[in-house]
Amino acid sequence: MSIVSVEKDPQQLQLTVIAEFNAPPERVWQVWEDARQLERWWGPPTWPATFTQHDLAVGGTSKYFMTGPDGSKAPGWWITTAVDAPHHLTFDEGFADAEGNPVDLDDRTSFAVTLAEDAKGTKMTVVSTFLSAEQMEKMVTMGMIEGFTLAMGQIDEVLASA
Amino acid sequence: MLTYNLMVVDSSLLDELSSDEVDRIFGALADATRRDILTRVLQHEQSVSHLAEGYAMSFAAVQKHVAVLERAALVTKQRRGREQIVHGSPESIKRAAKLLDRYEGIWRERVQMIDNILAED
Repeated sequence: MSIVSVEKDPQQLQLTVIAEFNAPPERVWQVWEDARQLERWWGPPTWPATFTQHDLAVGGTSKYFMTGPDGSKAPGWWITTAVDAPHHLTFDEGFADAEGNPVDLDDRTSFAVTLAEDAKGTKMTVVSTFLSAEQMEKMVTMGMIEGFTLAMGQIDEVLASA
Repeated sequence: MLTYNLMVVDSSLLDELSSDEVDRIFGALADATRRDILTRVLQHEQSVSHLAEGYAMSFAAVQKHVAVLERAALVTKQRRGREQIVHGSPESIKRAAKLLDRYEGIWRERVQMIDNILAED
């Protein structure tokens, strides 16, 4: 596992994940920048993401949807707020309507991604900041699918087919 | 379909907590003294006055901290003679921790999937 640490700050409604990868920042940047690579990890294996638009430029909009096992779609949006390739990226994310447009621009989660070169390759820090506990609950409820996926060992299938 | 059913079961568990409750729980746990008080009363029940002896603050200040924990349903208080006895409520703590744990799970899985992509190079 390349997770180095996970820090939870309930007061700031923040979660900080630090991970290490055996690849340089330029390569790790691609899994964020290239929509085809991004959609291979943004959604859970059972709810894969499809990005119909992805623009990692300041003010750029990304549109995606995740497709569930029963065919239902969960659309989302990103707006990129800062970019300094290949080391830094910040963006806001939220729920979208069927056309991929934000349901409520103010209902968003902010992400700050830092890719720093280290002895192993890249140290990636992702800070997620929620606006409210209610919102975190919504995100977590969606994310629960992933928790169960892990629990049931489906990750092994993904590894085997990769 | 198994995944889906499990998800529904667990969502209902989360529904038990309103967003106000979640806010209160996170607010209560944000303070170091309150976390310490909670740790102590989870080990064994204690009176407010006994708790107060352990901190460099007034009885009233400790009582206030206990009241915040009580509103978040993290502890319960019960009068016994002249004493107020504080008990920990592990159930609500478990539910609060679950929320952040779940979100942590999302990222653990994402990192694993990024690793898989990089491993193909």
